[in-house]
Amino acid sequence: MSNVMVIFKKEMRAYFTSPIAYFVLTIFLVFCGIFFSLPLFLNNQASMRGAFSVILYAFTLFVPAITMRLISEEKKTGTFELLVTMPVSDVQVILGKFLAAVSLLMVAVALTSTYAMTVAALGDVDGGEIFTGYLGLALLGAGYVAVGICASSFTENQIVAFLVSLAVILFLTFIDKLVSFLPIGGTNFFEYLGAEFHFRNIERGVIDTRDLVYYASLIFVGLYFSVRALHRRF
Amino acid sequence: MIEVHELTKDFGETRAVDAISFRVEPGEIVGFLGPNGAGKTTTMRVITCYLPPSSGSVEVDGLDVQEKSLEVRQKIGYLPESAPLYLDMNVVDYLRFIAEIRAIPPTQRRGALRNAVEVCGLGDVLQKNVGQLSSGYKQRVGLAQAILHDPEILILDEPTRGLDPNQIEEVRTVIRELGQHKTIIFSTHILQEVQAICQRVLIIREGKLVFDGSKEELSFGMTGKDRVYVEMRANGDAAEHVGRIENVQEVHVLSREDGVLRLRVEAPRGKDVREKIFATAVQQGWVLLELRRETRSLEDVFREYTTS
Repeated sequence: MSNVMVIFKKEMRAYFTSPIAYFVLTIFLVFCGIFFSLPLFLNNQASMRGAFSVILYAFTLFVPAITMRLISEEKKTGTFELLVTMPVSDVQVILGKFLAAVSLLMVAVALTSTYAMTVAALGDVDGGEIFTGYLGLALLGAGYVAVGICASSFTENQIVAFLVSLAVILFLTFIDKLVSFLPIGGTNFFEYLGAEFHFRNIERGVIDTRDLVYYASLIFVGLYFSVRALHRRF
Repeated sequence: MIEVHELTKDFGETRAVDAISFRVEPGEIVGFLGPNGAGKTTTMRVITCYLPPSSGSVEVDGLDVQEKSLEVRQKIGYLPESAPLYLDMNVVDYLRFIAEIRAIPPTQRRGALRNAVEVCGLGDVLQKNVGQLSSGYKQRVGLAQAILHDPEILILDEPTRGLDPNQIEEVRTVIRELGQHKTIIFSTHILQEVQAICQRVLIIREGKLVFDGSKEELSFGMTGKDRVYVEMRANGDAAEHVGRIENVQEVHVLSREDGVLRLRVEAPRGKDVREKIFATAVQQGWVLLELRRETRSLEDVFREYTTS
């Protein structure tokens, strides 16, 4: 079995043998459920657009919650020292943990497919939009997880990891909406930084390389600095 | 097997390890001594590939710890200070995880687990959560983790820390047994442990290696001299007479009362001057009350080496 898979398996077990994963999943689904169903009949549209927005905003809290402990807990309890003196490379450690957190996130997202079924039962839905919407969510979620792991790699304090990733993810989610308040130029640049801006493009069904490159670079930068952080040892 | 050459490690301004060099041969059990903060843990962390050296090199089986890091890690079993473990896993799951990450082939996994569990006496706690175990059992799980892949080299950082006397004895027994087939470096504050387990001793002080030798050599102390204690009924100039005996380097008069003279006689290491003293006493008509070679406790010697 490859080392990445060993780490992945261990992290998945850690998620699902402790109550944390179930607890966080429940809160995530309750939160999304409320904000999906409340405006559903008001809008009177058989569309997932509202639901995708809700899920996307829920990510800002959900992702820091599931990534904060990944590295920082190991640093705090000292298991980090044992882990990195095992015959696994730092890249494998980070990748295994990244895939585990992304998988948990995908489980959460998959459970929201009931919303899509609900909508489909109520009217004609655009299947393509639902597909690209979920694709966009997966990419955006993976990017946020990379940010979360990065924050967790730099500190042994889980609260700090949570707050730092929360701050960065909030910034990425809302920066493109704040652009109009900026009295200066460079709006395109700030718009490009916004994670939701790219999500909207993909959700519309426009799979543009620029959007894919944005998410790929977000994941790469996050994971790159996580690996770098593992080299900082005292 | 392990070759440390001019190893130096700096943390910012502080120099934790200062140009130390030593070799460990296959099958040796080496005790690593030194006061807190002397650099023991740092040295071990470089050997186990946790910390990169600032300068100098460490080779394990001819493989450089920086260039061939993954190969070196496969050869070493490591128990870090205070045995850090995943507290939310149970013992058997934890050991299975280690077996997987150590890439022990699935066919050998069962045997490796059984062996480690048996050697470390974990049979009764396999299904328990690591977090619920006493510190003695945690230490044993840490040890089981280190020996699981049957490594040639074991690096144990204070393996008996936090244990009660019975547990200490058990862990020592395990280390002694393992030492019959493996190369072991372990650090400790407890000098009896050195006496009980290892053949060779390294003493480190403020990052520098101040002693490297067998534990017999260690007992001679820093001066490297044999000391003989003499108590006898003799006249005034007996001390000068003793001083003229062959090989005697120094004579300290400890006390002189009611005609009883107490002396400490120093001679080069390995030169036994007791016979000559006896012969002189007979010749001079002194009455020997006591004549013995002084052995110093390891504590005394350790203090000599680690305080200025």
